[in-house]
Amino acid sequence: MSTTHVPETLAEIRDDFLELPEAERLQLLLEFSNELPAVSDEVASHPEMYERVAECQSPVYIHVDVQDDVVTMHATAPPEAPTTRGFASILVQGITGLSADEVIAIPDDYPQSIGLTRAVSPLRIAGMTGMLLRVKRQVAQKR
Amino acid sequence: MTIESDTSVAKFAEYAEPGRLVSTEWLAAHLGDPGLVVVESDEDVLLYETGHIPGAVKVDWHTELNDPVVRDYVDGEGFAELLGRKGIERSDTVVIYGDKNNWWAAYALWVFSLFGHEDVRLLDGGRDRWIAEGREITTAPADRPVTEYPVVARDDSVLRAYKDDVVAFIGTGPLIDVRSPEEYSGERTSAPAYPEEGALRAGHIPTAQSVPWAKAVAEDGGFKSRAELDAIYREGAGIADGDDVIAYCRIGERSSHTWFVLKHLLGIENVRNYDGSWTEWGSAVRVPIVTGAEPGTL
Repeated sequence: MSTTHVPETLAEIRDDFLELPEAERLQLLLEFSNELPAVSDEVASHPEMYERVAECQSPVYIHVDVQDDVVTMHATAPPEAPTTRGFASILVQGITGLSADEVIAIPDDYPQSIGLTRAVSPLRIAGMTGMLLRVKRQVAQKR
Repeated sequence: MTIESDTSVAKFAEYAEPGRLVSTEWLAAHLGDPGLVVVESDEDVLLYETGHIPGAVKVDWHTELNDPVVRDYVDGEGFAELLGRKGIERSDTVVIYGDKNNWWAAYALWVFSLFGHEDVRLLDGGRDRWIAEGREITTAPADRPVTEYPVVARDDSVLRAYKDDVVAFIGTGPLIDVRSPEEYSGERTSAPAYPEEGALRAGHIPTAQSVPWAKAVAEDGGFKSRAELDAIYREGAGIADGDDVIAYCRIGERSSHTWFVLKHLLGIENVRNYDGSWTEWGSAVRVPIVTGAEPGTL
């Protein structure tokens, strides 16, 4: 039950950050921010399907689908909150396509492992942790 | 060496220190002037990277103005290193702007003031107004030559209040709580969107009056007029010239905004910001707390 494992997708993202000098990690986070996929039309037209991530300082909403044991994560955050968008984008890219078990096994402290704590500050990282925990909870409920 | 004030806006002339604000028009016309440095300070650490006023440098409150270990600001050496790296001279006029109605810009201005940097101003309307007006922004990093900023000891005695100062202050002068009414009354321990900045107990410091920071903001995102601010703070909250005043919020950033209004726009001489604010007070052992909508007594 308590075994945790970082899936390959998220491990790669983590290593990409850690390979960069600290000063350049923000640029990579900005790239993720710019890559946050648009939410699907179905999800966009049903805002009530979204869960507000209260841990984030800016409005960010997530929605998770589990179909045939494959998880798809959607997220939306405003352009004036690029850090939050970056966090959401990392999780969307790293989680979509995983099985429910794989998502539930993601360590809760993954956000602290990607080398951004100093560049972004621990307080801001807490928003990403909130997002991850909510995704895991939704997956556990919907599997 | 200081740059002339923005005298083009009638509203500014009414303030106690008209030179503490500049308009977007003024800034656009003065970009690149020798002796002028523009600083962006935001809540979101990446916002500057998405586009900023040409030539502006970024100063981040979390990662640059705070000490990385102790809950405190950088010291004189740290501040000199930071401003030197940003290319700011001690004699430069610094115009600060940011997101969220200049919360963090006001916070940065207050920290600059702890080090006695003399000419620091805010851009009225902040980042949002600059962008809403369609003015130029760029993603090109600012390229300012490194300067030798002198090491100046931080002076906390005039503008900053510690917890013990506040304990002794209760009942002697106006204490202003700038948080939301729900935080003030004790219905919540944290601001609605900031649960990680919570405290163990909820309520407010005895005798503190509730004057949410946003009351100072006009519909256009800039500061309200002198007459409107006088009505809120002098008539409404009973603050008079000569009063010692302490403002607080949750971590000291929203109260920096109110501090700026009281000190520079209304000319109240002795205003301190209690930056420990509710995240310290609400978790401290055996300090007095009042709940409900009334200020209460000690």
